[in-house]
Amino acid sequence: MIEAEGVTKQFDDFVAVNALSMSVAAGEILALLGPNGAGKTTTVRMLAAILKPTSGRALICGHDGALYPDIVRRSVGLLTEYPGLYLRMEGREYLDFYGQLYGLDAETRQKRGKRLLEQFGMEEAWGRRIGEYSKGMQQKMALARTLLHDPPVLLLDEPTSAMDPYSAKLVRDTIQSLQNQHRAILVCTHNLAEAEVLANRIAIIRRGRIVALGTSGELKRQLVGPPVMELRVNGAFETALSLVSQRVQVVEHGYGWIRYETETPESTNPHLVWALAQANVDVITLSERERSLESVYLQAVGGVT
Amino acid sequence: MGNDTAPTWRENLRLALIVAWREIQDVLRDWRLVVPILILTLFFPVLANFTAGAIMDFLNRYGGALIGERMVPFLLMIVGFFPISFSLVIALETFVGEKERKSLEPLLASPLSDAQLYLGKTLAATIVPLSASYLGITVYLVALAIFQGWTIPFPLLVQVVALTTAEAVVMVSGAVIISTQTTSVRAANLLASFVIIPMALLVQGESVIMFWARYDALWGILLFLLVGNALLIRMGLHLLNREQLLGREIDKMRVGQLWRTFREEWRWEWWLFGRAPDAVPRGLRWLGKPVALYARELPSIIRRSRLPFLVVLASAIGAFFIGWKFALQYPLPPDTLFLGGTLDETSNLLIGGLEALPSPWAILGLNLRALIVTSLLGAFSFGTLAVSTVMVTLAIIVYLGFHVVWAGNDPFTYFLVLVAPHGVIEIPAAMLASALGVRLGATFAAPPAGKMVGDAWLQALADFLKTLLFVVLPMLIAAAWIEYAITPQLALQFYGG
Repeated sequence: MIEAEGVTKQFDDFVAVNALSMSVAAGEILALLGPNGAGKTTTVRMLAAILKPTSGRALICGHDGALYPDIVRRSVGLLTEYPGLYLRMEGREYLDFYGQLYGLDAETRQKRGKRLLEQFGMEEAWGRRIGEYSKGMQQKMALARTLLHDPPVLLLDEPTSAMDPYSAKLVRDTIQSLQNQHRAILVCTHNLAEAEVLANRIAIIRRGRIVALGTSGELKRQLVGPPVMELRVNGAFETALSLVSQRVQVVEHGYGWIRYETETPESTNPHLVWALAQANVDVITLSERERSLESVYLQAVGGVT
Repeated sequence: MGNDTAPTWRENLRLALIVAWREIQDVLRDWRLVVPILILTLFFPVLANFTAGAIMDFLNRYGGALIGERMVPFLLMIVGFFPISFSLVIALETFVGEKERKSLEPLLASPLSDAQLYLGKTLAATIVPLSASYLGITVYLVALAIFQGWTIPFPLLVQVVALTTAEAVVMVSGAVIISTQTTSVRAANLLASFVIIPMALLVQGESVIMFWARYDALWGILLFLLVGNALLIRMGLHLLNREQLLGREIDKMRVGQLWRTFREEWRWEWWLFGRAPDAVPRGLRWLGKPVALYARELPSIIRRSRLPFLVVLASAIGAFFIGWKFALQYPLPPDTLFLGGTLDETSNLLIGGLEALPSPWAILGLNLRALIVTSLLGAFSFGTLAVSTVMVTLAIIVYLGFHVVWAGNDPFTYFLVLVAPHGVIEIPAAMLASALGVRLGATFAAPPAGKMVGDAWLQALADFLKTLLFVVLPMLIAAAWIEYAITPQLALQFYGG
């Protein structure tokens, strides 16, 4: 539903996005991760048919934004980097205004607007001036505007920025609840934990190019090597070390613990535990060493020039 | 970006009104705008009314009733103009203000077309100040009727209301253009002088006309404003560009880029009747440049400037009628242009004038200066003033021509002796330069398809300079020499007695 085919965007001499290709299928959430100035917002603006690619095609539901901007804009819900609200308007008026622009009838506008505010736990904001909202409420109001016309494609630029942890979780839950087989969602974020929790796949963008793309697990494997397991045993340590070394690559060990790498933990680990049990080695724990997405991200954005 | 389906005008208007209504509500909720508008709408007309009454009373006592009477419509115009000055404030920040407040991007991401957005914002910036202006005019007129017993003649009311409306639209459409082209409200406010100064001059001109009670002349100003409105709105629609609105964060003067573009437009390719350069003797290769210029480049410049040429041609026809009308309206004393006498008759303007020509270079200097100045004026007036030299010259020739005929002279001899020898070269040269001058200005309002305004203007400038240097200048040199050396001789021979 979201497709970028070799999309490039050049502003005078500066190339903001460089031959970027990616796709997000219906029912999928893709997180676009990247440092400031990497080209995330420009990519989103091209997908939303606000900017025209210098070359390549940005397609939404099969429609090229450069040729059919009207259809594309109707199909997209864009949450902009800043809420960009009209502070003198009441929440009710604001949603009504955008509902009219998207061609919704009065009843639908009111029904959907109220339901969204309810969903975000801010029913009382309906009749209040937006200028009186907290930052988090303003962000949620912007998200309500994005969802008002029930678009099949959501482009969310920093959806939980400026939110307290509770509101951020509420919004993340909402985004997850929006994931269905008829909708594709692209989330730009700096929040790595959020990307890991929300997205089916993660794309890391640097200097306008996608430098890594895949599931969280795939990226970790690709960028920081295979999973590292940690085995803790009670006694018979030499026997355990010998057994493990015969089967996998040991990377570190100390008294009572061994760390090893394996590409296939799902098959290797059961065999290893079985072998240890046969040799009467008491296994205390066997767990995967935590490898943060942060290390993946830093590797991706720092390691490519 | 092209649109997939062309919306009907009704749909365009509906969406534009949604945008306009939201903005109007926003303005009405800002007390910093509402309070001054109310003061100017309600308080100022009352003050103007009181002033008008006091001045009329004072002047009546000293036999100056006429001045007092003229003061009343003048104040009506001022009462109408003051509230619309606010339209400038609203319009200047209409795009760039939203950009600064970060609320523009969601609007640009909505299905609104550029035209709907432009129309909505222009309407919003116009409606509130204009409504205030109409209300002010009403308050002033009602108070005048009640307290001074003066009722406005209906045609004058129509003129003032139409002028006020047209002025508001000119100010708004000009300010909206500034708003789309700047990156901060501060920069937009600085550029507001480009709207304020012409409007101040216009209002001063209107004031003079009103004190002279030459109300008919106000129709001319109205026509001028309507043309200005059409051009500014067209230009605004062309310049509204979502990419530039969002993509440009700071105003950067790209002198190098501008120079490169200009140089690219200035260049033309070597061509010598289809021969390859290697096939031409080395000593003759230089011919490829001038041949290409006159055989290929200049014809393509003329093709690019077809519409401006038509405008100049239409202006020339208009000048003929103006000259004729003025000849009827302002006749010269009889015999002034009788060309059968001797040169020592001081009333013989034409031949005397020809004798007074100092040198061909002075003639060339005068002609060149007039054409360059009017072309530059054209660049700042959407091309309209670029035709002034051609129009004035032709109107004078026609004006004098009619008097020459009415004085009993043969029109063909007059034309062939006094106009044609240098005119057949000079007039086409002037028309050529004027057409390119028209293009210099019109490019702002309607750049060619697929070209950005800046690039299109640089192409127009390169075309103008090439034509001026390689065609107009040689023609003017030849014409100046003929005017200096041949035309007076012919005049002496035919009319010298």
